[in-house]
Amino acid sequence: MDSRPLLRLTDVGRDFDVSRPWLNRMLEGAPRQLLRAVDMVSFDVARGETLALVGESGCGKSTVARLIVGLYALTRGRIEFDGVDLAAAGAGASALRRRMQMIFQDPYASLNPRWRVRDIVAEPIRVLGLAKSGDEERVRIAALLAQVGLAPEDGEKYPHEFSGGQRQRISIARALSGHPEFLVCDEPTSALDVSVQAQILNLMSELQERLGLTYLFISHNLAVVAHVADRVGVMYLGCIVELANAVTLFKAPRHPYTRLLLDAIPDLGMSGAPRTPVGGEVPNPLAPPAGCAFHPRCPHANQRCRNERPAWRAGVACHAVEEGRL
Amino acid sequence: MPAVAGWARRAWDHDLAWSFRHSPVALLAAFLTLVCIGGAVLAPWVAPQNPYDSATLSLSDGFTPPAWTEKGTRKYLLGTDDQGRDVLSTILYGARISLGVGLASVLFSALLGVSLGLVSGYLGGRLDAFIMRVADIQLSFPAILIALLIDGTARIALPREAHDALALYVLVVAIGLSKWVDYARTVRGSTLVEKGKDYVQAARVIGRRPLAIMVHHVLPNAMGPVLVIATINIATAIITEATLSFLGVGVPPTQPSLGTLIRVGNDFLISGEWWISLFPGAALVLLVLAVNLLGDWLRDALNPRLR
Repeated sequence: MDSRPLLRLTDVGRDFDVSRPWLNRMLEGAPRQLLRAVDMVSFDVARGETLALVGESGCGKSTVARLIVGLYALTRGRIEFDGVDLAAAGAGASALRRRMQMIFQDPYASLNPRWRVRDIVAEPIRVLGLAKSGDEERVRIAALLAQVGLAPEDGEKYPHEFSGGQRQRISIARALSGHPEFLVCDEPTSALDVSVQAQILNLMSELQERLGLTYLFISHNLAVVAHVADRVGVMYLGCIVELANAVTLFKAPRHPYTRLLLDAIPDLGMSGAPRTPVGGEVPNPLAPPAGCAFHPRCPHANQRCRNERPAWRAGVACHAVEEGRL
Repeated sequence: MPAVAGWARRAWDHDLAWSFRHSPVALLAAFLTLVCIGGAVLAPWVAPQNPYDSATLSLSDGFTPPAWTEKGTRKYLLGTDDQGRDVLSTILYGARISLGVGLASVLFSALLGVSLGLVSGYLGGRLDAFIMRVADIQLSFPAILIALLIDGTARIALPREAHDALALYVLVVAIGLSKWVDYARTVRGSTLVEKGKDYVQAARVIGRRPLAIMVHHVLPNAMGPVLVIATINIATAIITEATLSFLGVGVPPTQPSLGTLIRVGNDFLISGEWWISLFPGAALVLLVLAVNLLGDWLRDALNPRLR
């Protein structure tokens, strides 16, 4: 097995222009405004592993997913897939991108309502020219549907005839039909019922084992992440604050934000016991706080945290951890 | 053919078909529209007379009033004009031109507007801003003025014989160009909505080209409102054509539409031959009303909030 990482992000950043329209800027003298959705994000994803990114809404985890598959262009940094820089690959980038696919959060929006399921699943096959004849394509689609637990006859139906969980299965079948190695899963279960979530997660780990897939798993649900992830990255306001083995992270969280998140997981043993609420709100990303972005909510913040941005040291970015105060 | 039977069954069970069967207004409007279209299409076979074949006309029959008046004859049900043409036949032949121009111009403007709206909404940026500013400018002129402008320019630019031959096409383009903004704006709006949905993002991740995504993914989902606008615009286009013809800049007198008939009859209105212009006018009102009611029903039936 190749020991090089399949995917490597180096200091990746993405800004969004959220300025008022040109005429308003001219008349009101308002400056251009950039929203720093993702900043200085670096991580590797090894072949065959599942890396999860967790964080509150608006922390930039979905943006990272979309940067990787090319739905957004990079503002800063580089993304390497299989050792090749995607930005420098030029025409080769699309060939590399064909080896990744994405599963979306909302199964009600991610399937074209006017297409039959067989056409939805066949789209990558047709674009990549993987089937030489209509018969071969039909056989492939039947196999793909069977692989995700659907019947071949389901291919004749339209998406609205399926439940949320079944639709997510169709999404997975579509993602797999182009034979990708790497799947970006953007909250694939958060729109589903709890009972269905487990089925989809089990299906995904089964497929990973059988097809040797690599997953980047985006979620805000720590219970789900604990179930699927090998390694976990915690994001806050566009940056990764801690990255560790899933077992280590859940047992011995280091960053104060990770601790707060873990404390907030509801569990039966703690019912009725007092818990520390995650104080405050996520700050406005248009005007992020100086120093460490988490300091306004952090119980361990000191003067240094308010002034100086913490550097990335051994899997965590926090002054308190670095100074041994925590 | 079980496939055809299955398709027919699904069509019959469809929400739209159900709503149609249970709406008396829609049934009446559809019936009237079908009668108008049938009469227009089959004019050479159902009309009592070919009013533009001079061999069948006799000038001595000119100015015959409708059949139920004192001087009327059963031969000319709605009377005759100054040339002895049967008014009923001229209406049937005129409706042919009116409907043809109406449908063709709607098709033209829908094609133009839908393509521009789709490209504008999907690609965005400067192209979008440019197309929409052109649309704004166009909207600040009344449609009839734009049609007059195009028709007038063509009249001056083309030699007389060429213009007579091309008059119908010029009219179609003139009316079509004055209406594309409706489609462009609507389609741009729904394209912006659809573009943000994940199935479009999924197609991009799969690696489909923008044009393929626009045509195969976005367009089918943005076409619903277009159908409604197109239906209602057929009525508007027929009226615009009638107005232009009434003003004398529309179709040449050798191929009169309902509007031309009304204008010609208008000259005799004061001298008492009211039927020459009244009946074509009534036919126009009936046709436009029926198409409009059909369009209104379609709009309500496709609006989920009114279900």
